[in-house]
Amino acid sequence: MSHDHSLNPKTMPEDPAKATMEGKHKFLGLWFFLGGETVLFACFFGTYLALRNSTAGGPTSQDLFGLDLVFLMTVLLLTSSLTSVYAMYHMKNNDFKKMMLWLGITALLGFGFLALEIYEFAHYISDYGFTFRSSAFGSAFYTLVGFHGGHVVFGLSWLIALMVRNAKRGLNLYNAPKFNTFALYWHFIDVVWVFIFTVVYLMGMVS
Amino acid sequence: MSNAATQKRALSAVLWDYLTTVDHKKVGILYLIGGGFFFLLGGLEALIIRIQLIKPENDFISAGLYNEMITMHGTTMIFLAATPLLFGLMNYIMPLQIGARDVAFPFLNALGFWLFFSGGILLNCSWFLGGAPDAGWTAYAPLSIQSPGHGTDFYVMGLQLSGAGTLMSGINFLVTIVSMRAPGMTYMRMPLFTWTTFVTSVLTLFAFPALTVGLFLLMFDRMFGSAFFDVALGGNSVIWQHLFWIFGHPEVYILILPAFGVFSEILPTFSKKRLFGYSAMVFATFLIAFLGFMVWAHHMFTVGLGPVANSIFAVATMAIAVPTGIKIFNWLFTMWGGSIVINSAMLWALAFIPSFTIGGMTGVMLGSNVADYQYHDSYFVVAHFHYVIVGGVVFALLAACHYWWPKMFGRILHEGMGKLAFWTFFIGFHLTFFIQHFLGLMGMPRRYWVFLENQGLDTGNLISTIGAFFMTFGTLVFLVNIVYTAIKGEKAPADPWDARTLEWTIASPPAFYNFKQLPLVRGLDPLWIEKTEGNGKMTPAEPLDEIHMPNGSILPLIMTVGFFTASFGFIYQTDHKAWLIAVYAGMALAIGCMVIRSLKDDHGFHISKEELEREAD
Amino acid sequence: MTENTSTNKINSFQKEKNKDEMRKQIITFALMIFFTMIAFFAVGMGISSMFVIPLILILAIVQVGFQFYYFMHMKDKGHEFPALLIFGGIWVTFLVGVTFVTIIWW
Repeated sequence: MSHDHSLNPKTMPEDPAKATMEGKHKFLGLWFFLGGETVLFACFFGTYLALRNSTAGGPTSQDLFGLDLVFLMTVLLLTSSLTSVYAMYHMKNNDFKKMMLWLGITALLGFGFLALEIYEFAHYISDYGFTFRSSAFGSAFYTLVGFHGGHVVFGLSWLIALMVRNAKRGLNLYNAPKFNTFALYWHFIDVVWVFIFTVVYLMGMVS
Repeated sequence: MSNAATQKRALSAVLWDYLTTVDHKKVGILYLIGGGFFFLLGGLEALIIRIQLIKPENDFISAGLYNEMITMHGTTMIFLAATPLLFGLMNYIMPLQIGARDVAFPFLNALGFWLFFSGGILLNCSWFLGGAPDAGWTAYAPLSIQSPGHGTDFYVMGLQLSGAGTLMSGINFLVTIVSMRAPGMTYMRMPLFTWTTFVTSVLTLFAFPALTVGLFLLMFDRMFGSAFFDVALGGNSVIWQHLFWIFGHPEVYILILPAFGVFSEILPTFSKKRLFGYSAMVFATFLIAFLGFMVWAHHMFTVGLGPVANSIFAVATMAIAVPTGIKIFNWLFTMWGGSIVINSAMLWALAFIPSFTIGGMTGVMLGSNVADYQYHDSYFVVAHFHYVIVGGVVFALLAACHYWWPKMFGRILHEGMGKLAFWTFFIGFHLTFFIQHFLGLMGMPRRYWVFLENQGLDTGNLISTIGAFFMTFGTLVFLVNIVYTAIKGEKAPADPWDARTLEWTIASPPAFYNFKQLPLVRGLDPLWIEKTEGNGKMTPAEPLDEIHMPNGSILPLIMTVGFFTASFGFIYQTDHKAWLIAVYAGMALAIGCMVIRSLKDDHGFHISKEELEREAD
Repeated sequence: MTENTSTNKINSFQKEKNKDEMRKQIITFALMIFFTMIAFFAVGMGISSMFVIPLILILAIVQVGFQFYYFMHMKDKGHEFPALLIFGGIWVTFLVGVTFVTIIWW
């Protein structure tokens, strides 16, 4: 079948990610999954909102959070969202090399974000003694932000597996949907982060 | 080389086939076998509960074991019996009804089944490993936090596994219905069972994540020392109740909507009339699903949420009676003036209408937040939810079994035994649960191990237990019927009921590719349209061509073994850190399988045109 | 020869369309960064919480709308069901959010 052959301008469909039945299914399936993920994070957010003042005498959100680090993390993740848009742009133009380049940049930005998050957690634990077990606030904070971090880890592993596997194959109708679903997932991670920095960090520093 | 050796080989080939299958029909049958097994297990637990309550101050089982029984009965019946049995039916029937050759993600489908099954096995392992969960099927914190031993840990991990499986199936069904309908099968031509599958899947998608989160919080509290429900560190146990019921209430609609779908198939078929008010039925299904998401706090009226919150949830709850009423009347009008055939499947459907209506009416009573302070945690509640779940879901499952058995297994269930099973089960059901309304109103609380003499509860409980034995007898007759049918049952033609929808246009049981050529659908009840126009069979929508099918795979099973091992590790790492090895090893196995699945190209295979031509119609 | 040019034409049209799309997405991105900066500034300046909390929430919602509609193409054709289910999820999120800030404490 035409699956395995690299695409050339003549066989290039308008949107290679959705040209096959499998591609369409992956596209719909991931979107629907994101609908479920929305509720998953809603429940973590709800729990956090209910427990954010339950510090049990331990450090409060005002004691802990700092604007600079969170701003840096936000910029990294937002930019990685844009770079993955660039990657999909080049996929539609059938420019495999450029797509891989932009995906590589996306991965680097993701790793940067992850490093900062690990640094942040380590900072809270060593400098404030603020852990998962300190208080209900601690449990809720680490669970919400940690689950988001876990999604980043999963996304990065996914991305690297895709890039390594397809490095020598070029773009075809079999792997284009895979890149596209990854990109959608990655945007969703960013969506969740927008609410985390707003609800957890910014609101935590205000009130 | 004897005959026995060939037979043995054939048996292992069949076993291997089922272990690696990704065919929606085989996965559906696996769901039915798994769910059926847990249904019997849950039924046995129910019988033990009723024997304990046969007389005042009975000591048939100890108080601790009784708590384990009620917890496991509820958990098993909801998560491991009703849900998977319905998902099995959806798996088997829905793709046939829309004229598809498989579901959208066959691999995920198999994985979903194995996850559900391993979750159920894990949960039941607890019986042999120091005691089952005993905090009630709702596992309210702080009781579930305090519960000693590993019982509740098994609850957490078992439900987490099976919940993940259910969520996958939900997404799978959604994509299948959205993108794999046969040519001409517009949304408003889909059979009602497919519609309810769709809406149920939407509910699954939005409800199960709440359970996932709740179980994670409980897991972290029990196993890793977090403080979500620990009041001393600022935790709040009401969070569990909200999360559980944000999941739990939609879950009852996940159960009942497919049941509505089943009856909406059976009643038109055996009344020889098209479903009355088709579009109203579809609309009512959506309305029930929508409202069903906004009523969860009616389980929590006595928590003390305040009069405003209670009133809002009470009004929303009562509003659900409207779309449900629409459905009841539509079924009645479907039968009105039809030429009705009464057989086993139809009997279950007919019995469902009054039984479920009783359950619905007590539901409205319970929905009144003021009155609920009286009913709460009494046997009135027990009677109510058994009327809707047994009278609705179990009746639907049995009706569906009789209706679709010929399609699934190629043989028709024995009518005489079917009727015997129906009458004993039906009478037993009302004997068991009708009296419980009054036991509840007289003040008998649910979940109590014993009751005292001379409080007016003796006779009622005795009658209730006798009813339970009737139901057991009915179930046994049904099992005998299955065995008898497998051996001597009458062979079924493609369309034994003179039915209306697409699944009856193909052989019983269908070929593994379902449709040799996709059918052209020209309206609601496509087969019926062709019959009335004298064609008798569907017009193909495509020329005969090779068919693309997915490859089987053992990976779903291995992946599940990985998660299963890791779950054991999580449960026991609180005793000894060496168990963390099981966590890592299990996760490595599962993730390894995911990597293999992701990296290995799997294009499936093609059935050639010649091969298809050789096959008889 | 003629056939060749016609495919090229389609391609260049396609390319132009993609480029146009990309331009919109960069504008979207610039706006998102801008909104983020406003939110962080507003909090950093210490404006009263009565004003700043609604402000940052609205900014977050607008940003997320950009992500969904532009970066994830929910504005395009063929996204009816994704949109339906995302809005379903958002509706449940709303219910959960309201619940957990109002009736969790007895």
